[in-house]
Amino acid sequence: MVSDNFLGNYASCVAARSTNRAILAGSQDGGIVTQLFAFALEEGIIDGAIVAGPGDEPWRPRPMVATTVAELLAARGTKYNISPNVSFIKEATRSYGLDKVGIVGTPCQMQAVRKGQLYPVGLRDVPDKIALAIGIFCMENFPYQSIVQLVEDHANTKLDNVTKMDIGKGKFWVYTERGATVQLPLKVTHKYEQPGCHVCLDYVANLADISTGSVGTPDGWSTVFVRSKKGTDIWSKALAAGCFETKPIEEVKPGLELVTKLATEKITKNRKTIEERASFGVGKGLRNPYI
Amino acid sequence: MGLFEKILGIFKKKDVTVETRGTTAPKPDEPEKPAVPERPAPPPTNAIPAERAPVVEGQTSAIPPDEKVPTTAQTDTKEVKPVSDKITAGHVHMSGCTGCEVAIADNYAGLLTLLDKYVDWVYDLTLADVRHIPEMDVALVEGSVCINDKISVEEIRETREKSKIVVALGSCACYGNITRFCRGGQQNQPQHEAYLPIGDLIKVDVYLPGCGPSPQLIKNVCVAAYLLLKGNADQQALATAYLKPLMQAAERGTEACFCDLMIDVIDQGLCIGCGACAAACPVRAITHEYGKPQGQRDLCIKCGACYNQCPRSWFSFDVVSQYEGIMETIDAAMQE
Repeated sequence: MVSDNFLGNYASCVAARSTNRAILAGSQDGGIVTQLFAFALEEGIIDGAIVAGPGDEPWRPRPMVATTVAELLAARGTKYNISPNVSFIKEATRSYGLDKVGIVGTPCQMQAVRKGQLYPVGLRDVPDKIALAIGIFCMENFPYQSIVQLVEDHANTKLDNVTKMDIGKGKFWVYTERGATVQLPLKVTHKYEQPGCHVCLDYVANLADISTGSVGTPDGWSTVFVRSKKGTDIWSKALAAGCFETKPIEEVKPGLELVTKLATEKITKNRKTIEERASFGVGKGLRNPYI
Repeated sequence: MGLFEKILGIFKKKDVTVETRGTTAPKPDEPEKPAVPERPAPPPTNAIPAERAPVVEGQTSAIPPDEKVPTTAQTDTKEVKPVSDKITAGHVHMSGCTGCEVAIADNYAGLLTLLDKYVDWVYDLTLADVRHIPEMDVALVEGSVCINDKISVEEIRETREKSKIVVALGSCACYGNITRFCRGGQQNQPQHEAYLPIGDLIKVDVYLPGCGPSPQLIKNVCVAAYLLLKGNADQQALATAYLKPLMQAAERGTEACFCDLMIDVIDQGLCIGCGACAAACPVRAITHEYGKPQGQRDLCIKCGACYNQCPRSWFSFDVVSQYEGIMETIDAAMQE
């Protein structure tokens, strides 16, 4: 078990991508989340998974409980705005009757899940039903209206025509149906970020069973941290079943070095933000949630 | 019903005075009747304070030959070992709906394990036939206090005096919850209209909020309380770290509602739209607008679940980062 100040505890770290072409066709990077949930669903490791499914407006996610592979496929890909997935965590065990729940979320959502398991104030019978929590790397998130602003105003592109959004190589990328690609420097996007993200002290979802993201691996691949006992068990079963093609993280570029760099940058910056909040006013500060 | 009988069985085993008191004990105003003796005293940890026991003066401890007590000796032997390092706890019922107590029982077999290994349940109007609040390590208080009712006020004071740790069990005890909305008029005490969370009258050590509190949080707090009082240094440190946020919740105050999310989380620029509050809300009053929680405040029952479930109201990396180990520890403690 590796224990890192910024990358958290993890049993192993690899570069991986799904071996399923159908999944890869619409996935953000290596199709890790969709593939893992599909495998866990078929093996009975989970009864369903809370994912960011399609919403009423283009690129606006809505949390949904996927109980079939088709539903998982419909939720592939990253939508760079808020999907309150944790809001379904009790509902999944009630209305949907799931005994083994999968959930995907950002690092803060993983924090909510684990706090909820240890302190289930309003989460009756939920704690022992979390079968697989997958975390995604996250530098910051955006409200939906910020995405509208960025895509339709700054990138001058109709959201209906967008086929994919991505953040990488220091830019925010918007791909369209007709093949046009618009890139915005992250300098432009920063002010549209969700304010709550600026006190976040987790980049690679340290509290997930398995966490994944594009940073650290080549296009089409994902970096995967296998963390908990549950995560290790499920990951090894998925590998044995041939779900993933993997490479040692040491053999890919840019590798763990970049992940560590970005994690350090995010957490250091946000620690500073928390400090600054303490003397935000004149002799008065803002709340620090961490105790 | 099997579970209920088992629970009752446990209490009967422990407190053999149960059957005689109230049924055959003579009233003090009937001195001419021959005194019916009490059965032998219960084990020391369950002892009812002498001044509280309804014992008639001059009673002897002799058992009449026709009394049926065939299992007493056997059950006493069974209890000798495990009782020694248990903590004593009880349920104090103020103005609540008994839902919190049902939540305790909803640990099912887990409750039996708790009772077998860690806790002597010394007081509980519903489950243990003990009439007056005894000394105990942990008092779990359900409900708010009706300040128009003399006995309730006396009992909450007595609970504080006789308990090492007072836990506000459920949102009525913590925050007033639905009893905040009482306007009186109910039969058969229409003048009972003013209800306060117990923290407005006594010092409360630990909050265990929720409407009802989840059986799993009750279990976690019970195991932590046991480790705190009876464990080794490491276990005490773990239990202290675990209970700390719930102690701080008790210090924070006796008011809660959806507005706490607005005031202490969203307005403070801390909300990340994760959805935990909406999941926790027992009345489905919370939806999301622009990615942030929006409460229908007319529906809010002031239970404090949303605020306490939020990862940005309070969050301890020390504790939550160890979630796997802590859950394993508690699971191991709950193995029969």
